[in-house]
Amino acid sequence: MSPLVAGLVQVGILIAALAVVYRPLGDYMARVFQSEKDSKVELAIYRFARIDPRAEQKWSTYAYGVLGFSFVGIVFLYVIQRVQSVLPFNFDRGNVPEGMSFNTAISFVTNTNWQSYVPEAVMGHTVQMIGLTVQNFVSAAVGLAVAIALVRGFVRSQTDRLGNFWVDLVRGAIRILLPLAFIAAIVLIITGVTMSLKSGVDVDGQVVANAPVACQEAIKELGTNGGGVLNANSAHPFENPNEWSNLIEIFLLLVIPVALTRTFGQLVGNKKQGYVLLGVMGVIWSAMLTVIWVAEANGLRPLEGKELRFGISGSALFANSTTGTSTGAINSLHDSFTGLGGGGTLLNMLFGEMTPGGVGTGLYSILVMAIIAMFLAGLMVGRTPEYLGKKLGRKEVTAAAVSILAMPTVLLIGAGIAAILPSTQGALNNPGEHGLSEILYAYASASNNNGSAFAGITVTNDWFQSSLGLCMLFGRFIPIIAVLALAGSLAAQKKVPVTAGTLPTTGPLFATLLTGAIVLVAALTFVPALALGPIAEALL
Amino acid sequence: MTTTTNRPQRTPDEVRSRHAENLGHQVGAGIFDPKQLLKSFPDALRKFDPRHQLRNPVMFVVWVGSLLVTVFAVMDPSVFTIAVTLWLWFTVLFANLAEAVAEGRGKAQADSLRKTKKDAVARRLTEDGSEERVPGTDLRIGDLVVVEAGEVIPGDGDVVEGIATVDESAITGESAPVIRESGGDRSAVTGGTTVLSDRIVVKITTKPGETFVDRMIALVEGAERQKTPNEIALTILLSTLTIIFMLAVVALQPFAIYSGGEQSVVVLTALLVCLIPTTIGALLSAIGIAGMDRLVQRNVLATSGKAVEAAGDIDTLLLDKTGTITWGNRRATEFIAASGVDERRLAEVVRLSSLADGTPEGRSIIELCAEKYGLSAEASEHEKTGDFVPFTAQTRMSGIDLDGRQIRKGAASGFATSDEVRATVDKISADGGTPLVVAENDEVLGVIRLSDVVKPGMKERFAELRAMGIRTVMVTGDNPLTAKAIAGEAGVDDFLAEAKPEDKMALIRKEQEGGRLVAMTGDGTNDAPALAQSDVGVAMNTGTSAAKEAGNMVDLDSDPTKLIEIVEIGKQLLITRGALTTFSVANDLAKYFAILPAMFAAIYPALDKLNIMHLATPQSAILSAVIFNALIIVALIPLALKGVRYRPSSASALLRRNLLIYGLGGIVTPFAGIWLIDLLVRLIPGIG
Repeated sequence: MSPLVAGLVQVGILIAALAVVYRPLGDYMARVFQSEKDSKVELAIYRFARIDPRAEQKWSTYAYGVLGFSFVGIVFLYVIQRVQSVLPFNFDRGNVPEGMSFNTAISFVTNTNWQSYVPEAVMGHTVQMIGLTVQNFVSAAVGLAVAIALVRGFVRSQTDRLGNFWVDLVRGAIRILLPLAFIAAIVLIITGVTMSLKSGVDVDGQVVANAPVACQEAIKELGTNGGGVLNANSAHPFENPNEWSNLIEIFLLLVIPVALTRTFGQLVGNKKQGYVLLGVMGVIWSAMLTVIWVAEANGLRPLEGKELRFGISGSALFANSTTGTSTGAINSLHDSFTGLGGGGTLLNMLFGEMTPGGVGTGLYSILVMAIIAMFLAGLMVGRTPEYLGKKLGRKEVTAAAVSILAMPTVLLIGAGIAAILPSTQGALNNPGEHGLSEILYAYASASNNNGSAFAGITVTNDWFQSSLGLCMLFGRFIPIIAVLALAGSLAAQKKVPVTAGTLPTTGPLFATLLTGAIVLVAALTFVPALALGPIAEALL
Repeated sequence: MTTTTNRPQRTPDEVRSRHAENLGHQVGAGIFDPKQLLKSFPDALRKFDPRHQLRNPVMFVVWVGSLLVTVFAVMDPSVFTIAVTLWLWFTVLFANLAEAVAEGRGKAQADSLRKTKKDAVARRLTEDGSEERVPGTDLRIGDLVVVEAGEVIPGDGDVVEGIATVDESAITGESAPVIRESGGDRSAVTGGTTVLSDRIVVKITTKPGETFVDRMIALVEGAERQKTPNEIALTILLSTLTIIFMLAVVALQPFAIYSGGEQSVVVLTALLVCLIPTTIGALLSAIGIAGMDRLVQRNVLATSGKAVEAAGDIDTLLLDKTGTITWGNRRATEFIAASGVDERRLAEVVRLSSLADGTPEGRSIIELCAEKYGLSAEASEHEKTGDFVPFTAQTRMSGIDLDGRQIRKGAASGFATSDEVRATVDKISADGGTPLVVAENDEVLGVIRLSDVVKPGMKERFAELRAMGIRTVMVTGDNPLTAKAIAGEAGVDDFLAEAKPEDKMALIRKEQEGGRLVAMTGDGTNDAPALAQSDVGVAMNTGTSAAKEAGNMVDLDSDPTKLIEIVEIGKQLLITRGALTTFSVANDLAKYFAILPAMFAAIYPALDKLNIMHLATPQSAILSAVIFNALIIVALIPLALKGVRYRPSSASALLRRNLLIYGLGGIVTPFAGIWLIDLLVRLIPGIG
């Protein structure tokens, strides 16, 4: 089998697998958030935390819940890193430095999982398991909860209640992420991913670091987290031993964001509404895959920075999926990609992580973009714009605008300052346009809560640790607050009935419009910056 | 509830031609005269005031940018910086001009209205019944004033005593005088109109300065213009885009410095102004003013721009049957002979009875005689010798005495009818028609059925409305059976029969609870609550003050079918905004291709591959983009004022069409435009 055919077979298997689970998983997730019943475990949690699971919250209360929970998570993560030396299973890895702890705490709570540290040299098993892995679950569950709250805004009418954050959080973690991660971990172990509490393993006299990889690997992909237990991430043979584990990991990182479109369709009572979002995500994902794949296959040194066991197709597929979701795991060095291929992974993030995006975040991001697209489209058909039966007025446009503005703002400010700081020159592996690509990539990754690294840039100085930390923080929570405010104002509205004058949002016309909006917003915002980085590189 | 209006009766031909015009689909537009640009120039200059610019965030950024560039041009003058500076100021000027032109058209209208506001002297009645002369401006609500033939009515009010003909042409432009009388639905008079005959006593209902004419002046001048909800939402979106581009441009400088190609402030500002949505930003307020203006041109006054926008959103249209959908019971549709009477003979007698009858009913009878029985529509010389017997309230019949034959037609109560004829009469009444009994020398020969006839073209209009997603509901006092028949004939979606004002109100509430927006017309005082409740309530100018007060629009022509045009104008307003926004944003692609290579080809020669327009030099490329950006505003002023073409069609079809024209067109146009401008600009020494 030629590499091209093998690659296409891989893509085929991936899409087929996603198609098989799409309906059952999507419908199951819809039921999880609609169900009136609580399991015993959940009831025990609610009793312990003194939560009334039936008490519905306003958008602001919901937002306080998200922010409060995340803040506590950040403080907790920071503290356990700072006192690691007294925790068990630390393998004498000592306390984590301040800047690094700050950055890492934010990184894992914001579902970014940007890693400015070498895991096997810095983090012990305790911090990994009770800190980072727990956040792998709950940060994904927070994204899921916010997405569901926004969907409720469309579904409900004339109410100021959006559901209960704590219930959505607990259900997302316990009913969706935990069972799926459990199954995934076992499957990964079967493919050869390691699972050990030992600090290392002796290979021919050389000690190679080891960890309970499989259980963390599963949620790393499934929760679109991406923070590896080992520094080489999914390029490491213990995390990703062969083509099958590679394909399974790509499947895992795509599965929830993809199936959520079905959940969305179910919840709004029109499955086509979900299919059209999936279609848009799929079109952009496929187009970007083609760009990256072709660019890499025709590069000067096609296999530089890639694992031979994955080849070009396995690397391109992984790179496209990890940047298209907000995962950020890597199985190859994006820094070694061609100008066009590397630019492609960068562009994937600059789209705002919605093709298909992270767990929950992908859905709410594309819905925000749909609101902007429908606002313009509504005007062009001569009606006050509406989407899914809700009018898009001043409040809705403002919330959507704030949500969209956050990422480019922190990204461009951060990267702009970084570009002229004298210290930056020393942190870069490469000068010129490729160096600028490295800077842009780092800030795009942080601001979009992706977490993948272009590598080639050393981000351990205080400026990078703190500025990237703030990018992650604002890039995550400003959109969340805006999205919840949006959900609140949507829920307060009456539902507008569908008439012949309503612009249908299930057909190819809407799909084209939405695709255009996503591409155009990213292109118009970032083309000047990209011109001096990847575009200049690609045109050479 | 009143349904009929007393507007001057139009002949069917007139009405048909009006409908034909309307069926021409396109919402007609005001004509744009390039001379207006020149006339509005002084106003445009006044708008350079920063306080004025602040109202428009996009143009304010251009204004600040121009100021900034001016400083740099003064400090370090070159042909390029001076040219860029000038064209940036032109951009602001053109935006001002667009607004000034739109406002100027309203001003002309306001001036002619002001002329009607002569300082009328009012003859106020005092409590003891004597008259005192006071200036019109001293009148208070509740004052009673006397107005006699030849005098100008000093303020808005209701006639409480008397009847008079009034010339309202100053406001409506309609030269035919109208009748105003106390009581009923024709009691409202407007300040500034002239009484032509008789004497009336008017009770003043508005304070001076808040009269109808005052409000009209304020409206057409745009003095009270506030941003509408949709305009605000769009402004937020445009501001967001502006912020994004400011970020992109500001962040570009450090990236450029990093890459070893620091840019001048002039170039960066030029890039920023080209990228932010100046086209729509410059034209946005002109579009809003022009939308109101289009309504005024159709003799409709809206109390707010919000109402115009709401008109575009209407889901349900409540239309009174009589006068709107049908002519009323005015057309003869059938002659029913009494038993033993030959139908032909009946027709001949019927014709004679109506030969001298000039009423619409009479004419329709002659037409039916001619169409169905082939009888002459003209009276012969002999027939003209007959004595015409006019209709009186006492006899309730009319007719002709000819050759000793006494031919009469009229209400059944005036004749001795057989049971059989009585049954026919009852049946016609029950069907919602009007029966006229015909007799010769007291022998009842038969009955004429006058029916409601649906106006021509209504079915097509309703089909159009349906395509636009608007449901039409016919409201009538008829029984359900009759209502259903007419509803079917007219092609409305639903009807409300035996409707009382409460029913109309309940229907509006029900529709609104389902999230629908409702529009209706009305003129009577008992329509007022429903007019107030509906989202778009169009009061007829002939209606009562209460109705005019309750609605959010007044139609000076008192033409209920105009509601349909109002909806189209509302839609056209939104479409124009959306289309120009799309166009504006789509333009940016070409500007990137022009400016980015110009800025950076010096450090990365490979970027020159992006210069697909082959612009001569970096300076000419940037200047050409700036010039295009400014000129496109002027080029689009006529479109902003006229509004983009609107044809009623489905939402998808509209979107597809507008995306193609303004989206794709917006991408292509600037490539051509910038390329052409560059051909000229490159000839300037120091640039090419």
